[in-house]
Amino acid sequence: MTASDTTVATAIPDTPGQPPEVSSVRMIMTMAGIGIISGILLVFTYMGTLPTIEKNKAEALERAIFDVVPGASSKLTFTPEDGRLRLMDPSEKPAERYYAAYGNDGELVGIAVEASGQGFADIVKVLYGYDPVCQCIVGFKVLATKETPGLGDKIETDPAFVANFEALDVSLSADGTTLANEVVFAKPGKKINPWEVEGITGATITSKAVQKLINTSAMNVMVILQNNIQVLRDGNTSSQHTDQD
Amino acid sequence: MATPAASIQTKTSSESAENFIKGLWRENPVFVALLGMCPVLAVTNSAINALAIGAASTFVMVLSSTIVSLAQKLIPKQVRIASYILIIATFVTVTEYVLQALSYEVHKALGAFIALIVVNCMILGRAEAFASRNNLRQAVMDALGMGVGFTVACLSLGTVREILGNGTLFGFQVLGSEFEPWIVMILPPGAFFVLGMWLLLFNWIKHRKEAAE
Repeated sequence: MTASDTTVATAIPDTPGQPPEVSSVRMIMTMAGIGIISGILLVFTYMGTLPTIEKNKAEALERAIFDVVPGASSKLTFTPEDGRLRLMDPSEKPAERYYAAYGNDGELVGIAVEASGQGFADIVKVLYGYDPVCQCIVGFKVLATKETPGLGDKIETDPAFVANFEALDVSLSADGTTLANEVVFAKPGKKINPWEVEGITGATITSKAVQKLINTSAMNVMVILQNNIQVLRDGNTSSQHTDQD
Repeated sequence: MATPAASIQTKTSSESAENFIKGLWRENPVFVALLGMCPVLAVTNSAINALAIGAASTFVMVLSSTIVSLAQKLIPKQVRIASYILIIATFVTVTEYVLQALSYEVHKALGAFIALIVVNCMILGRAEAFASRNNLRQAVMDALGMGVGFTVACLSLGTVREILGNGTLFGFQVLGSEFEPWIVMILPPGAFFVLGMWLLLFNWIKHRKEAAE
């Protein structure tokens, strides 16, 4: 084709009804054909990239777990069942998962817990590390967020905000049924107690959302973890002990 | 087509160059045609986001223009728009999967924006107005030129918005710590302000050039 074709083609008025009559069968065939080719292409892309994507995700999660629990070198995944914890089978995909992290000598150094809640734009998904000895949160990492770049995404990048989760008190009350102090929100620069999360200027909604989702998760999870702390401690040495089912 | 081969050769190469260059300035999809405003306004709150959406859009546009140009004789006029949308959506999804497999971190940063490429009317516009009426080579040159023009336009918005709204450029601090960021620049209104300013500047230059001639 040459330049003359271009001019001819563009000169044709593009009003509806002008194009030559084409049978409906041909139109349907064309659409169906494109649909089938697209479908096949997508299936192949999906299947081709799925193993790599899953691997990337697992690696990212593993990195995140070792990030939020200082001193961790190996992990076991537990899932709760009727208030008890049991070692998760690799084939299972339960909604609730706790990652017990162990140090070099096989001792329990902490537990990583996933939590999510509604942020400003979409669900915010985080991972936090729990130290059962000090009964506090010792690490925090955002796994997924669609918060406003430059504002809400400061929950990941703002060092002062991340510092909230270096020693956030989530100890249980005397009777062990709930938190001694709920995790509450503090205005920027107004944090006094170790169970307060100090917000970010300009990202109040997102930082409040993080405080809320941590509190909701901690209220449920801390009780389960503390009740089953022996199971978690033994996990690395006698895994069959917990794997009853 | 009775034109001698040599003449076609020179004609097509100068034509290719022309089709590439027109997207950069004279027919810039953002500053002149005002196409693809959705990603231009929504995603340009930092320079790196602007660059990434520009690159991803260019990639999708080149691929879909290729297919549209090759299949122009096969697609009946009546169902062309629906066909183009299917082709574009397929390539966007492919891009998303491939990006996710290539780098988890990049996909995490851009995940929300990739799907937006489907609704970029610039890509549909080029498929309809150019790729469906020209040969493969011209269609690819046109898509590349438009893609680069789009990326440059996104970057023009992204850099200004990031510098004024966050004091940084590509994540590096460029304005001193005493600088109080104009948060509005990162928020949606900032996109309209900056786009308006760029359009004002471009039209002023254009008018001055025309007046001088």
